Amino acid sequence: MQKQLLAVENLTVEYWTRKGKVRAVDDVSFSLGKAETLGIVGESGSGKSTLGLSLIRLVPPPGRIVKGHVWLKGKDILKLREDEIRNIRGRRISFVFQDPMTSLNPIKKIGEHFIELIQTHEPNVSREEARKRAEKLLNDVGIQPERIDDYPHQLSGGMRQRVMIALAIALNPYIVVADEPTTALDVIVQAKILDLLKDVQNAYAMALIFITHDLSIAIERCNEILVMYAGQIVEYTNIKEICKNPQHPYTQGLLKSIPNIELAEQKLEGIPGSPPDLLNPPKGCRFWPRCSYAMEKCRKAEPRLIETLTDHLVRCFLYGEARDESN
Amino acid sequence: MTLRVYIISRILLTIPMILILLTMVFVIIRVLPGDPVLLHFEKTEHPEAIEEMRQKLGLDKPIWAQYFDYLFGLLRGDLGKSMHDFSPIAEQIFSAFPATLELAIYSTIIAVSIGIFLGVEASKSYNKPKDHTIRIFGIVTYAIPIFFLGMLLQIIFAVNLRWLPVGGRTYPTMEPKGLKMSLSQLPEGFTIHLLLSCMAGLMISILCFAALKLKGKKITRKILGILISIFFIIWILWAWVGWYFISKGELHIATGLYTIDSLLEGNLYKFAEAIRYLILPSLTLGLVLSGVFIRLTRSNMLETIRLDFVTAAKARGLKETTVIYGYALKNAFLPILTMMGLQFAALLGGAILTETTFSWPGLGRYIVDRINFRDYTAIQGAIVFFGILVSIVSLVTDLLYAYLDPRIRL
Amino acid sequence: MSKPAVKRNMLSRIIPAIGSLKERGLSGWLVILGAAIVTSIILMTLLAPWISPFDPTTKGINVGAPLTPPNSKFPFGTNDLGQDMLSRVISGGGIMLQVAFLSVAICLAIGVPLGLFSSYIDGMFDRSICLIMDSIYAFPGLILAIAIAAMLGRGVVNMALSIAVVYVPSYFRVVRSQVLSIKEMPYVEAARSIGAKSRTILFKYILPNVVPSIVVVATVNFADAILTAAGLTFVGLGVEVDVPDWGWDLTNGRRLLPSGAWWVITFPGIFIILLALGFTLMGEGLSEILNPKVGE
Repeated sequence: MQKQLLAVENLTVEYWTRKGKVRAVDDVSFSLGKAETLGIVGESGSGKSTLGLSLIRLVPPPGRIVKGHVWLKGKDILKLREDEIRNIRGRRISFVFQDPMTSLNPIKKIGEHFIELIQTHEPNVSREEARKRAEKLLNDVGIQPERIDDYPHQLSGGMRQRVMIALAIALNPYIVVADEPTTALDVIVQAKILDLLKDVQNAYAMALIFITHDLSIAIERCNEILVMYAGQIVEYTNIKEICKNPQHPYTQGLLKSIPNIELAEQKLEGIPGSPPDLLNPPKGCRFWPRCSYAMEKCRKAEPRLIETLTDHLVRCFLYGEARDESN
Repeated sequence: MTLRVYIISRILLTIPMILILLTMVFVIIRVLPGDPVLLHFEKTEHPEAIEEMRQKLGLDKPIWAQYFDYLFGLLRGDLGKSMHDFSPIAEQIFSAFPATLELAIYSTIIAVSIGIFLGVEASKSYNKPKDHTIRIFGIVTYAIPIFFLGMLLQIIFAVNLRWLPVGGRTYPTMEPKGLKMSLSQLPEGFTIHLLLSCMAGLMISILCFAALKLKGKKITRKILGILISIFFIIWILWAWVGWYFISKGELHIATGLYTIDSLLEGNLYKFAEAIRYLILPSLTLGLVLSGVFIRLTRSNMLETIRLDFVTAAKARGLKETTVIYGYALKNAFLPILTMMGLQFAALLGGAILTETTFSWPGLGRYIVDRINFRDYTAIQGAIVFFGILVSIVSLVTDLLYAYLDPRIRL
Repeated sequence: MSKPAVKRNMLSRIIPAIGSLKERGLSGWLVILGAAIVTSIILMTLLAPWISPFDPTTKGINVGAPLTPPNSKFPFGTNDLGQDMLSRVISGGGIMLQVAFLSVAICLAIGVPLGLFSSYIDGMFDRSICLIMDSIYAFPGLILAIAIAAMLGRGVVNMALSIAVVYVPSYFRVVRSQVLSIKEMPYVEAARSIGAKSRTILFKYILPNVVPSIVVVATVNFADAILTAAGLTFVGLGVEVDVPDWGWDLTNGRRLLPSGAWWVITFPGIFIILLALGFTLMGEGLSEILNPKVGE
């Protein structure tokens, strides 16, 4: 998998709480090429949000990035100074947050958000210029430019999310990380926002990392899928493979639980059990308590991530443990 | 409850409260000790003197008559006459008040600035040593008796280092001399004053320059910055030369606040002097009051910092200072504003001690002097003044809060 | 259902609470530290006649040369009357402690019952008392204390009275708000429906729940009383008698400042701070334990 834009290597993030260390992200590696879309899928508590935030070093305390590298065009951004990484945030890698109700500053006008953003990263731009660019961006995401002087509470949830997207693309970043951008919205608006993201991505040739718990959305919109469970990657491959040949039992379970509108009768199967407590993760494979294929060795040892087919990585004893994944 | 109803009811509530307050003071001063006039004259003086005082002050009438005189007199603005020399107390109070006001203003500025700055720093390093140190600092400053802190500062800065004056509000006035003044004739501390004036001017120009930096194109900013710097250099030169002409002793009193009056006159020398005398007293009072603001800012910031839009702002690459001060702090500002109003009462109480320590000619020292002279009518007048002042300030604070609170407004 | 049962209930609640202080982490340590400071100072003052090297009263005048800086013989130096400052510091807390305890006692005796009855009874009585209390509360504390002390004269009792008047509203408010919130609770209603007397309800149900808040207010009251007593002395309204007193040392030492005799005010001042700090720490710790803030 040769990609040039973003390469994450052995990223490990822990939360050092009073009760102990919680490993929210455990040895995650993946890569992303220009204008590609990666979907990171997992339940809540799988570590996907922490993974997203760690890409721009915004893991909230008591979280710490303990190990790993994040190569952006060859440079490890985890090693940058504070002012250098501020350069990256919002400009090379931007973030769209989950809840549009609380992501905008309630006492700042919409236009002010943009002007502030632009002038922070491009200080030579005057207010008028920045304002014009803001109006154009609002237009691009489907909001009337007159709303530039409104306050966040005067916009609906869907419109606020559009504003967040507009802010995210304002400076033409290489990558946009969207953390559950549609979870807080109703279904119809959801579809519109997803379409918007796709249009924007195509128009600006940006890479997109789409974090979600909904595998069906990820399959619809992404090139590649990374399935996470309890902080670890359990499966990492492209769309065709995921649909044709899902290998990890968890992924299979997720696929089975997607309702299919074309079937007259369908028995929805969920995955029994709940995610493990990461303070005391189960010994061996983290998924074994819920796995219908669990074997004796699954309880004792942790499987490693292996490449079963080209471009298809799985972490499961069902597929042997011979070779180690090397990227 | 709508805003209008609240405002009206709050204003109406103030009236009985002030009434109770006035009655309280009356009871304390006139009724409690029995006979304030006798108390005033410790030993038995000539009974004629006592009777004369009673008559002149209207204290020979029966209690309820005195009470009504007192109340209605207040409506006219008459606070009574001093036992000392029978002059109207109201005049004395109004001439001493601006000094206290000036002290109060600068102390509040210091208290809030220290409070906000340290509160923010503490919230940034939650539960780390810095946080604990700042919290301890906040607690300790509150436990220090104000006058003790004042005296400590006096010892260090005034007696030992001789940087700042021990007390008082301004130099005794100076006569203007002729144009040619040899250096040996310059009063002590002139160079320091000059340095202070230059520093003041420079700082103002830097501030303006920085303020302009945020908006507009670079070229316009530079030009404006240069213009302002030129203006201030001219001003400083003028002040320096003007020492011979302008600084002719008395400051023209417009507001009673020396810092404002001197700036209105364009007299940087007098301004620096006023500041020089203000530093220790306002620092003392400000430090002691800052503890409350440290605590308040810290807890508000801890709440606000966790909110999503703060993280979102950081994710857009905004600077830490912008995020903390522009985003988090602005949202936490309202409680700080109301706390300022609530602390006003404590401020006045602390002012009494501070003024006594630093011989600051304000209302606080006036009360203490009157106590020493056993001038009870003056004490009553001053306390009534304080009480009404506090009531008005708390009324304004409550109204302001109701107006600004988004829950009621939006 | 008699009084002894009530007392047992309160004690049985307080003692285990103290035992678990250490488990509470930082707040518990604050309380322990504060209590330790306060008790050591009280002990020091009580043992003063035995442990002070020289006699700090008038008999102790001129035991040393006036205004000597701290040295081996006089670790805290001497004042202008030649008295040993160390001895004065050791015995100087007495007046302040007396004033503090007395004012708290008065407040408890007046403020708590007033709060209990007023809020329980409600109606015009309650509202008028509330108004009076609010007026006192709104007034600058120190100024009111000065006014009352000025009129009453000097002396420990008068100082305690003036401080008490300033503080009663705080107790009143705290008690009242607690009573109001508990009054409507189901178990109180249940008790009333069985026909329990108002007095029983007040003392058996409501009072025990109010005690924690009262304790917190009391500690703040103590700390403030110490500082106010010092302030009153500074303004000239302290005690008449020539008893060693930290506040008096501060006032006296002020005259001596220009000569650079820093030790006359520094050591008494430090001890005032320690005493006030001790109570404040106890108050901080207790308030966090009893009303835990929303942490992480």
